[in-house]
Amino acid sequence: MSYLNLTNIAKSFGPRSILHNISLSLAEGEFVSIVGASASGKTTLVKIASGLATADSGSVTIAGRAVNGFIEEAGMVFQNYSLLPWLSALENVRLAVEPAFPQWTPKQHTDQAMKYLDMVGLGKAALKTPAQLSGGMRQRVSIARAFAAEPRILFLDEPFGALDALTRATLQQELAQLCRAAGRPVTALMITNSVEEAILLSDRIHALGRGPGATLSPGFTVDLARPRSAGLLMHDAKAVSLRHRLAEFLTTGAVAAPALVKEVA
Amino acid sequence: MKKSIVSILLSFVGIFLVLGLWAAISANVAPDLPSPLRTWEESRLYIMEPWQKRGEMDQGIGLMTAYSLLRVAKGFALALLIGTPLGFLLGSSPLFFRMFDPTIQILRPISPLAWLPLGLILFRQSEPAALFTIALCSMWPTVVNTMQGVRAIPQDYHNVAKVLRLSPWRKFTKIMLPATLPYMFSGYRLSLGIAWLVIVAAEMLTGTPGVGGFLWQEYNSLIYSHILLCILTIGIVGFILNRLMGFAETRLRAA
Ligand SMILES: Nc1ncnc2c1ncn2[C@@H]1O[C@H](COP(=O)(O)OP(=O)(O)O)[C@@H](O)[C@H]1O
Ligand SMILES: [Mg+2]
Repeated sequence: MSYLNLTNIAKSFGPRSILHNISLSLAEGEFVSIVGASASGKTTLVKIASGLATADSGSVTIAGRAVNGFIEEAGMVFQNYSLLPWLSALENVRLAVEPAFPQWTPKQHTDQAMKYLDMVGLGKAALKTPAQLSGGMRQRVSIARAFAAEPRILFLDEPFGALDALTRATLQQELAQLCRAAGRPVTALMITNSVEEAILLSDRIHALGRGPGATLSPGFTVDLARPRSAGLLMHDAKAVSLRHRLAEFLTTGAVAAPALVKEVA
Repeated sequence: MKKSIVSILLSFVGIFLVLGLWAAISANVAPDLPSPLRTWEESRLYIMEPWQKRGEMDQGIGLMTAYSLLRVAKGFALALLIGTPLGFLLGSSPLFFRMFDPTIQILRPISPLAWLPLGLILFRQSEPAALFTIALCSMWPTVVNTMQGVRAIPQDYHNVAKVLRLSPWRKFTKIMLPATLPYMFSGYRLSLGIAWLVIVAAEMLTGTPGVGGFLWQEYNSLIYSHILLCILTIGIVGFILNRLMGFAETRLRAA
């Protein structure tokens, strides 16, 4: 039963074809990643999938409805955090909570925002402004903001792309933990340029080929138990093989050892 | 610290050089121009008793300045009240921009001397005509800067508003307004400068009490030293106003 559905999406900017014939579907509770080189059209794709931008042709549906404008029950983590610099961390998160739970009291809004800031370890920094926070802390606020609205589907556009490797590893685990703690399966579409990150977090991975006119690879199912540790991924035979096949696709554009690939419709 | 003391000393050197030049010109070239000393002697009463009211047009310089400042404050407030929303409208709607930008470009360079008679015809009284002129001449930097500020809001912030599902009012108060505020204040500072320029012209033409009105009256009564008193007052007050707005602006950017 698919929840989010993209069918034959194409997008050009002027004469430049960016995305070509992209089809993708996500089941409810499924965490899907799209790996691709920079400027291959990943941001464009996630904007179209979430309804922030429109495709030239093709259709996007959510729970059977055509998507028109940003999907109501969705949350988004932006590549560049996109926090409002004149608001504190708490106010940034609270701003997302208010419209998501209009029937709540102001106190409940604040409590919800604080709860999620605590979950990303920023309870003590709640009153700081983004300028007073490090890159990793800013992205934590941005993730707390997305989760605090308790979205049914989450879009993440290279959430850790701008962070150093160490912070990145910590935040990946925090994100996995947040998904587990949500108490329900979180449907998510994550964009990343890191194969390891995709394997660590996803149920299924697609590679976006190089543009112009990028197309999507068949899905690579990640058949690994959770929670997954970064160390495990280095040694586990299944993970290593998956990494090789993804890397192969990203560099040559061809799917190696097709017998091992479980294609997902 | 040392540097700022040097700057202050240097600025005094500059002032004294200009005073010297003024004295030299009045002594050698233009005998009608009162010297700095004579200007001081004849203006002393107005400066030392700034709040003294001797007659409608014969008042201390403090009172005259206060009248002008009050008038400027009203006209400036009117300019902000009209200019700020207009700037937001033009900045957020490309349709409005295309519709009104040419008109604004035509209205902008019109001199206060041209607007004032129109104001007198419209309002039949000098006070509202002066306010009309000040507002109409000084609002353009506010309009243009606010518009540019709204336009400079990054697409990311618009996306945030969509993603967080902010109501139009919330989007305005939490995103548009704070993002535009520094631009608005640059506009306000420029607008205040223009309002202060316009006040002199407006008071001269309408003959209302104030620094500009006083200046014109003393010209007609051939008391030239008072013209210089008014000129200096106008300059100093304008300088202080600009400093105050600049101060508010930097505080705003720092916040
Ligand atoms: N609004 C736009 N107008 C024109 N070109 C764009 C626009 N947005 C993106 N592009 C171009 O499309 C390509 C893909 O962009 P993007 O989706 O941001 O890539 P990625 O996120 O994979 O780095 C880039 O070459 C970029 O310059
Ligand atoms: Mg991108």
